[in-house]
Amino acid sequence: MKNLSASVAAPLKPWSRLNLAVEAERFGLVIALIVLFALFGVLQPGTFLSWGNISGMLGSQAVLAIVALALIVPLTSNDFDMSIANVLVLASVIVAVMNAQMGLSLWLAIPAALLSGLLVGAINGFFITYFRIHSLIVTIATGTFASGVATWMSGSQTISGVDFALMNYVIVKRLFGVPVVFYYAVLLALVLWYVFEHTAMGRRVLFVGRGREVSRLSGIDTDRVRWSALIASGFLGALAGILYCGTQGAADPSSGASFQLPAFAAAFLGSTAIQPGRFNAWGTLVAVYFLVIGITGLVFMGMSSFVQSLFYGGALLVAVVLSQWVRGRAEQQF
Amino acid sequence: MTAALQARHVSKTFGGNRVLDDVSLAIEPGEVHGLLGQNGSGKSTLIKILAGYQDADPGAELLIGGHRVALPLPSGQSQSLGISTVHQHLALIPSLSVVENMLLGRLGRSNAMALSWRKARAECAAVFQRYGLEIDPAATVSGLSAIERAMVAIVRAVEDLGLRSSGSGPGVLILDEPTPFLPKQDVETLFALVRRIVARGASVLFVSHDIDEVREITDRATVLRDGRLAGTIDTKASSRDEIIKLIIGRALRADRPASEVAQGAPAKVAVTGLSGGGVKGVDFDLQPGEILGLTGLLGSGFESVVYMLYGAIPRTTGTLRIEDETTPLAEATPARSIAAGTVLIPGDRNARAAIGILPIADNVTMPVLSRKLNKWFVRRGPMHQLAQDLGRQFGVVPNRPEQPLSSLSGGNAQKVVIAKWLQTDPRLILLDEPTQGVDVGARELVFDAIRGATRKGAAVICASSDYEQLAMLCDRVLVFADGRVGAELNGEQISKQSIAETCLRGASKLPDAL
Repeated sequence: MKNLSASVAAPLKPWSRLNLAVEAERFGLVIALIVLFALFGVLQPGTFLSWGNISGMLGSQAVLAIVALALIVPLTSNDFDMSIANVLVLASVIVAVMNAQMGLSLWLAIPAALLSGLLVGAINGFFITYFRIHSLIVTIATGTFASGVATWMSGSQTISGVDFALMNYVIVKRLFGVPVVFYYAVLLALVLWYVFEHTAMGRRVLFVGRGREVSRLSGIDTDRVRWSALIASGFLGALAGILYCGTQGAADPSSGASFQLPAFAAAFLGSTAIQPGRFNAWGTLVAVYFLVIGITGLVFMGMSSFVQSLFYGGALLVAVVLSQWVRGRAEQQF
Repeated sequence: MTAALQARHVSKTFGGNRVLDDVSLAIEPGEVHGLLGQNGSGKSTLIKILAGYQDADPGAELLIGGHRVALPLPSGQSQSLGISTVHQHLALIPSLSVVENMLLGRLGRSNAMALSWRKARAECAAVFQRYGLEIDPAATVSGLSAIERAMVAIVRAVEDLGLRSSGSGPGVLILDEPTPFLPKQDVETLFALVRRIVARGASVLFVSHDIDEVREITDRATVLRDGRLAGTIDTKASSRDEIIKLIIGRALRADRPASEVAQGAPAKVAVTGLSGGGVKGVDFDLQPGEILGLTGLLGSGFESVVYMLYGAIPRTTGTLRIEDETTPLAEATPARSIAAGTVLIPGDRNARAAIGILPIADNVTMPVLSRKLNKWFVRRGPMHQLAQDLGRQFGVVPNRPEQPLSSLSGGNAQKVVIAKWLQTDPRLILLDEPTQGVDVGARELVFDAIRGATRKGAAVICASSDYEQLAMLCDRVLVFADGRVGAELNGEQISKQSIAETCLRGASKLPDAL
């Protein structure tokens, strides 16, 4: 009986042999990105294809990329972090208030901002795992609270005058002509890819997201994993806030919240590419720049800025439909 | 007198497998009629056909109150024809009030725009009073006791029968195993309600495993065995042994001697004072290499024992000793159990044992990622190699670790699940229905794998309600009744028949069996 497998195994074709449909699915978004880029390049060769525009797109939207990458951590463990954009605002306001208004060093302001992200993440995790409340509700509540704290701290004012060193290490310094913040996003994508793909810790997050009861019975502390994922997204959200403050040289308590929807759109769109069916770092990065190219191109074509909302909203819907299709139309477990 | 319900020549074939073969059933008006049979006797298929969830094979006839009803019953319409079913899970919404639950069926069908809750509550209170129930219609269902919930569901089903437009008699209420989780005094309360219902003219089909309950409440009973009608009996005039004989199809043997004392070697595993949920203070021990079966009827408590020993059910008390390590079960968690060499192979594969959308390799390496692979650098290569080796060892076909687990057949998926746990060389293996949904050939391989582990000295506890499987696999079987070990079967005594018989005897909540 035990030899059954050997007799059947002989005529097997390698399953992993290049499969055109599978590869098309993996790289569909990359191809769409290239096509879109080429299309706008042909239509607007002077402006769109200028190096200034290209490096500007790469640099100015790196913060969005970091927020989207942060989101895929709790999304992988099947939790939503709706507080992340407000954590970003809170962290940027903390940096600006401490540095520009109170005159404290960045060496104090940055750790304080990161701590605020860890704190919000920990609070999220506590309410979600201890009281068994859905992450969507908990994080909307904590996010709104964080936004309130940020508005209070800043007195509803844009606070400028942040130490130039921060701007210098975020947007001013360039490597190969591209602001360094872009490389921070790429570095984060690399780290997340490694953690999810090549560490036991990252695999556990995936297991918990895909089969909570299976994971629990496999000896995984599911609450700890979910809690850690939420703390990670809080921390990375705060990091994005510091970098956002660096790109602006100022903190605005009202503008940061607009990151929430595009980040979700990118995370879901990213889950249809590179590793279809999973939230993954490289797919997310591609998705962010796909959206950015689309919007920038349309604005260059003379569309007003409302096109941004149309594009992000539409993209989120298309992304969710596509990712559902990739999953084989199984019921989403929110 | 016209029968309240008459079914004739009911057959049902799944694939090539005939699960119901020319069964007939007649229920008189005002009668409580029992339906008895083992698991797999066709009982639940018959109920599903009567409730309109399944079609019968052509040729079946159904008469309700003397009127011929076209089969198949239109889905979900059996209630309007006069058959109302209360399933074991009751179909109540716990977070809503009693009155909202009472109106569930009616609101689902009507488009009433001006609901008066005051009026609805008053009507509901009047209905409860008619049946002698003291339940506040405004209370939340989750706050009710088990018996109150059961009675709300039953009264709702009877009341919904009264709403029919066509007047073909007072109708039939099917109670599908309403009692297994109820204590004795609550069963009496439920029976009082059943008597009041039939006194008002309706008939009841009472489905149960419990022979004493069937003898107490029913007038007559229909017994099914292997999909065929084994007989219809006058329950008051039949003895317990006669009914058991009819259910399992052969004469009853003399009572078994008390359990044999374990011989020789000190026990490898000892469980003492295991309590929690439906289990009330259970002790047993195992020799190295022994396979111990746990069984009983639904609600007897046997099915949660393995999860309790694994630390997967909170608020468990008692101790588990493996060799010379003793663990208080209040402190056990799955992670600690695994570290101590205990593994659990859960029954519900898709919900508890494996993640279908993930590759086989991920599933099978889940518990050993940190131990057998470099946890800071998990590479696909070694992971697939590990999964491939295990697949070969456990006969997984096809052995392709990169495929999603859901692409395998039930039997092969179960081999992956078994491999996932047996690779850790456990000292104690806990099994819950290890071959559910597994074909016969794969079942042998699963058994071989379990026996292979016992040859390495592991002790195995297998909870199952598949008596044939227990008879094939186990050295000893503990039969649970009412949260305790009711009987123990050893060696030669173990057969599919003897286990079935012991389960049915043990089901009695009266102390006459002891």
